[in-house]
Amino acid sequence: MNDEIAISAKSIFKDFYLPHEKNDSIKSKIVNAYKKKDRGADTQHALKGISFDIKKGEFFGVVGRNGSGKSTLLKILAQIYRPTSGTVEVRGRLVPFIELGVGFNPDLTGSDNVYLNGALLGFSRREVDAKYQRIVEFAELEEFMSQKLKNYSSGMQVRLAFSVATVLAESDILLVDEVLAVGDADFQRKCLEYFKELKKLKKTVVFVSHSMDAIREFCDRAILIDEGRVAIEDTAQNVAKEYSKLFIKDTNRTKQRQERWGKGGAKYNKVSLAKTTITNDDTVITLYAEVESVNVDGEVIVGFMIKNGADAMVCGTNSAIVNQNINVEIRKGCVANIEWSIPNIFSDGKYTIDVAIATSTGETLEWWSNSTEFDVFNYQSTPYIVSPKFNLKYKAASRRSGKRNRN
Amino acid sequence: MRDRFVKKYRYSWILLKELVRTGFKLRYQGSALGYLWSLFKPLFMFIILYFVFVHFLRIGGDVPNWPISMLFGIVLWNFFSEVTSTGLSSVVGRSDVIRKINFPKYIIVLSSSVLALINLLLNFIVLAVFMAIGHVSIGWSALLSPLYIFELFLFAMGISFILAPLYVRLRDIGYIWEIVSQALFYGSAVIYPISMVVSQNVVLAKLLLLNPITQSVQGARNALIGSSNIVASDLTSNIFYTLTPILLVAIIFIIGAWLFKKRSPDFAEDI
Repeated sequence: MNDEIAISAKSIFKDFYLPHEKNDSIKSKIVNAYKKKDRGADTQHALKGISFDIKKGEFFGVVGRNGSGKSTLLKILAQIYRPTSGTVEVRGRLVPFIELGVGFNPDLTGSDNVYLNGALLGFSRREVDAKYQRIVEFAELEEFMSQKLKNYSSGMQVRLAFSVATVLAESDILLVDEVLAVGDADFQRKCLEYFKELKKLKKTVVFVSHSMDAIREFCDRAILIDEGRVAIEDTAQNVAKEYSKLFIKDTNRTKQRQERWGKGGAKYNKVSLAKTTITNDDTVITLYAEVESVNVDGEVIVGFMIKNGADAMVCGTNSAIVNQNINVEIRKGCVANIEWSIPNIFSDGKYTIDVAIATSTGETLEWWSNSTEFDVFNYQSTPYIVSPKFNLKYKAASRRSGKRNRN
Repeated sequence: MRDRFVKKYRYSWILLKELVRTGFKLRYQGSALGYLWSLFKPLFMFIILYFVFVHFLRIGGDVPNWPISMLFGIVLWNFFSEVTSTGLSSVVGRSDVIRKINFPKYIIVLSSSVLALINLLLNFIVLAVFMAIGHVSIGWSALLSPLYIFELFLFAMGISFILAPLYVRLRDIGYIWEIVSQALFYGSAVIYPISMVVSQNVVLAKLLLLNPITQSVQGARNALIGSSNIVASDLTSNIFYTLTPILLVAIIFIIGAWLFKKRSPDFAEDI
């Protein structure tokens, strides 16, 4: 193996043997408990030949949908599972954070748990002692360390776990599985800063995440795993783009998640978009909706809300907020057409739209979640929630003739 | 050479120390009397068995200090029983950690055995008190008793190393071991003196002494409390009766270590 390489995975296959549920007799259970591998019919092929090299000091992303096999891969890299075939070579000390707070015991005090967790990661009491103060400060739990963990709030537990993991992780290679989504906003920012720090320190990090923003922001390179194979190995940008395309294939996804509720009286007949695939060339996204009144007469409020693939609410508004001197009025048995022009501020990804109609006093007549959806391929996409068009003006600094005026 | 050894076992050693430390802290969590239970448990068991077997059934009259020997036997049996029963379920009990991190798995079994060993030492306080009350004189031979206890420890560890991986795959092992362990209890001359068996059937007594538990319990009693506690060499000059149990311990331990080592990489998936 090349000196520059931290982790080298060569054609990793992993099969799982799923137990028969029907074999209930004691005899067959005893016989089968030791013959699992003969029952090929129940084999699940989780990984089908995965190879990649991770260089030293690289921030390497692993992305994939649920069930694509990325967690299995991470467990194989961490040597928790052994591959059915193929090899993994690791150079240097590897610390896995498959889950935070491994071995935490609710009946032990915070500080006991720090030492126990440290020992599980291979750090002696003396090594933990040296960093104990930093762990406590990072977790912001100074007054609580001598209390039992069961008296901690869940947020406090997570903070402690993350602090132990991060402060102790001064090893060569880190495996990180979706730990960003913990704690309150303040703590999350701290964690993000920590990741930036890791990047600066040139640690080798294998990072599994669903958050394309995080992948784009931190990773140098990434692989996309789909159905147990490496679908693409490229820069984080390109892999993230490929990942969002995966979801476009799932046409039924939105329909399955549709939900309509409200007190009734008026309803949306249909919601549609002028275009469902949006690129940079589109400055606006046009949303059409048809509203029908069943038994409501008079002024109503109509609105919409746009959510991204991670279900974060990106933007939205309603007729009462916009107030363009248009009063939306509906009449019993009649249909009204609504057209919204939404500026294209979106980053790459898939978006869904909720629409709603309410009385002028704010009572919801109907809320239709995930009524329709659209995809954005924005070539100027940023890793942030929105990517509006920005204009940059620039004038080349020209040398001034004559002396500068010092006053 | 030394460096390589240190490097190889550093992780194991760190982990063992921490698991023993936290295990000890957790042992009597939430109980008002805490560690005193380590003393009370053998004490009350002794009182009960004393009344049943010595007082009413009048067993062991021919062995001087039999009640103290019986207490010693019970303490040792409890140790054996604790090592094997906690060892059996120890791997499954740590499934949460095993699924998330790779570490030397045998430390799990070892740490629960060391905890039982600590408990045994606490039990010796009770034994020492009774020995002082009973004016048992301690000779130089007492120095041999740790060797017998070590034999018992190795035997119990070997069994744990066999049972723990089996239990991962087949939970029936738990019930099976309970039954086997009951049989072993009565087949180990813990609550009756072996001299009682000798007077009825010498062959049976010899067979009982082939059991490593009997050998270590009787040996430890013989060394610490008095030579009236019969060991194999008292019954026969055939060295076979002394060596077989030792060999058995070695075989069980080696099989256990081999099986555990072979199975442990799959624990994370099988649990």
